[in-house]
Amino acid sequence: MNDPMAKPKEWFQGGSLVWPLLGLVALLAYDFLFVDGFFRLEVRDGHLYGTLVDILNQGSKTMLLALGMTLVIATGGVDLSVGSLMAISGALVAVLVTQTEMSLAMIVPIALAATALLGAFNGVLVSVAGIQPIVATLILMVGGRGIAMLITGGQIVTFEHAGMVYIGNGHFLGLPFTVTLVLVMLLVTSLLMRKTACGLFVEAVGDNETASRFSGVSTRSVKLAVYGFSGICAGLAGLIAASNIKAADSSRVGEMMELDAIFAVVVGGTALTGGRFNLLGSIIGALLIQTLTTTMITQGVPPAIAPVPKAIVIVAVCLLQSEKFRAEIGGRFGRRASA
Amino acid sequence: MADALLALREIRKEFPGVVALDKVDFNLHAGEVHAVMGENGAGKSTLIKVITGVYPRDAGSMELDGKSLHPRSTLEAEAAGISTVYQEVNLVGTLSVAENILLGRQPRKFGIIRWDETRRLAEKALARLGLELDLSRQLDSCSMAIQQMVAIARALDINARVLILDEPTSSLDEQETAALFKVMRQLRDEGLAILFVTHFLDQVHEISDRITVLRNGALVGEYKTVELTRMQLIGKMLGREPEALQDKSTGSKWAAETRDEILRGEGIGRKGSVHPLDLSVRRGEVVGLGGLLGSGRTETARLLFGIDAPDSGRVQIDGQAKSLNHPRKAIANGLAFCSEDRKGEGIIPNLSLRENLILAMQASRGPVRLLPSAEQEQLCAHYIDALNIKTPNAATPICNLSGGNQQKVLLARWLAMQPRLIILDEPARGIDVGAKAEIEKLVRSLREKGMAVVFISSELEEVVHTCDRVAVMRDRRKVGELSGEEITEQRIMDLMAHHE
Repeated sequence: MNDPMAKPKEWFQGGSLVWPLLGLVALLAYDFLFVDGFFRLEVRDGHLYGTLVDILNQGSKTMLLALGMTLVIATGGVDLSVGSLMAISGALVAVLVTQTEMSLAMIVPIALAATALLGAFNGVLVSVAGIQPIVATLILMVGGRGIAMLITGGQIVTFEHAGMVYIGNGHFLGLPFTVTLVLVMLLVTSLLMRKTACGLFVEAVGDNETASRFSGVSTRSVKLAVYGFSGICAGLAGLIAASNIKAADSSRVGEMMELDAIFAVVVGGTALTGGRFNLLGSIIGALLIQTLTTTMITQGVPPAIAPVPKAIVIVAVCLLQSEKFRAEIGGRFGRRASA
Repeated sequence: MADALLALREIRKEFPGVVALDKVDFNLHAGEVHAVMGENGAGKSTLIKVITGVYPRDAGSMELDGKSLHPRSTLEAEAAGISTVYQEVNLVGTLSVAENILLGRQPRKFGIIRWDETRRLAEKALARLGLELDLSRQLDSCSMAIQQMVAIARALDINARVLILDEPTSSLDEQETAALFKVMRQLRDEGLAILFVTHFLDQVHEISDRITVLRNGALVGEYKTVELTRMQLIGKMLGREPEALQDKSTGSKWAAETRDEILRGEGIGRKGSVHPLDLSVRRGEVVGLGGLLGSGRTETARLLFGIDAPDSGRVQIDGQAKSLNHPRKAIANGLAFCSEDRKGEGIIPNLSLRENLILAMQASRGPVRLLPSAEQEQLCAHYIDALNIKTPNAATPICNLSGGNQQKVLLARWLAMQPRLIILDEPARGIDVGAKAEIEKLVRSLREKGMAVVFISSELEEVVHTCDRVAVMRDRRKVGELSGEEITEQRIMDLMAHHE
């Protein structure tokens, strides 16, 4: 069980990692057999290149969003606004690097603080005003892009700032810098959740909010914090997205990514009903989705119909996770075998 | 009397590990209001659910008008003429009165609803109850009483011959209840058979013709209301014959006056929940809240623990006025509360025993200072041993433990906080006899150590054995207080039944 006092390797066993891992392995096996050069890696200028590296790099945004989304979902909520928050952080950074002389060490914290505050605003709507999370975060999902547009004046703001370009395109220790960013965030979040009582409170609130409140847990603060944290994760993802294209494209960036993040969390074994969560599972879920996307691109599947196979894989993994479905299938095969 | 319209014989219903109904007979005649009484867990709602086809019965027979009946769903029961109005009105609040009455069976022509006909039928259904309502009004905007009437009108519309009313008055005020009773009498006089379930003792005698009493899933008996005094009724519900009761020694009592008052409530109350009452609890004292279910015991506990904010009165802790409007504040002032609803308000089902045990303590330490793992281990080991909790280990999810062991973990959650006053709401409900005795023993040992205890229980014997003082409640009012030698089952029942 996922007890905070368990050994570190057991931290992540909230839901079973078996099924998302199985999905990922199956997909990679397909790629190994049918996609030429999928596993080919080469070193140029001391940096590692290849499709697998691309998956890590391009999946970094979903992975970051999934970290924050995991905690929100663990409290029994959902955050639809992360895509729009990405647009806001991108817009802020683009405007600040082009129109001010501030250093990146100032600009990045400002952007992240802004998205954290907006996330906390979601938290206030959910915990204080008692609005359904899906509705509460829909407000910023819709309104957030408008805010981003206001910041950029409705323009696509391009930039050449070396530091900003590095975040999404640079290399660190031979790998894309984004990989380091994800690893650091995963480590920080895991430590925060399991080395303090935060994880216990998040899971307790998600599993039985009333009982948690009666035990003295400040359920409001917990919800405020997870939505705020999700905002920070979205802000980071927004930095990467802006850096990738060296511009803030407020209307397009992060579009539909909230859904990818939710898929990643669910595929990773955290139940939408809240309670036990599994950060590593969400990361694997995000990688699964990115691998799928990349596979379809390399196979020449037209982007317009790409969502179809994606949906099929997601349904398959979700069905595998459902104990009821497995029992049903097991029962069928069992009956047939005995017949 | 003529043959019963609805006759149940030796009905048995088992759930895993529990016999909910055991050989229960029940006769409902046309033209009577028949009350089914019993404490929580007596089997009232299971009986209703067997009649209405929610649960299939395991054994026994059921006949409606001489014909054997096997309803497999509420729809089948309704088709046979058995309609039910549940405690929680199950109507659609956003639709109109007329739509609700005819929901699902609106008159149609070529698949299109005929609104004029709908209105006419709804009007007719309400007229039967002597009601004239604005049919197009949205149901949400009507009072609870009207909603209840609409639910009854809806239920009756399907040529019902048996009407089951499950706690219809729990959210009604006195006038609304009177209006409902008027309708019930009228329907009874028209020949309808009405099964009525309530927790309000006054109402049983006011409206019912006969009473069937259940206790622990078994039939206690069927009585004519006029021949059963309220006192006798309580005795039957609780399994005590008033005449046969003897004063039981309650063990040594401390001199109550010599101890400091930990909690003092003056005139605390909340509209719609509990009438203003006074309550004081001293160090090393067990104060019982007696009364039947629904008499306001739990509501009082919720006021004390800050779950519901009182809207009148003052609370003092150690002689200082405090405003306890959130459990956190109550906990910070040394209070603890073990809810009667273990599943809904107690356990965090999927978390481990350890996490459940340390939750309150960790919550008071805040999120940053995680209780060191060694201390967590030590706490768990201590309480698993001290309370004799049966579990493979501390990492087992609490939902895998038995009810009694879950309860012990919840007790441990609070004992670890070393509270000065602990409120135990039905701590022994739904757990086996052995665990029950252990919890009673525990309460006494806490008292010896000087902890103040507010003890809520429906079991009189438990109350008499455990409490130094008992505040008796009836119909959401404190109706009296007993202390020391006055505490006998007889005296408590007198107060519970007393007429004003």
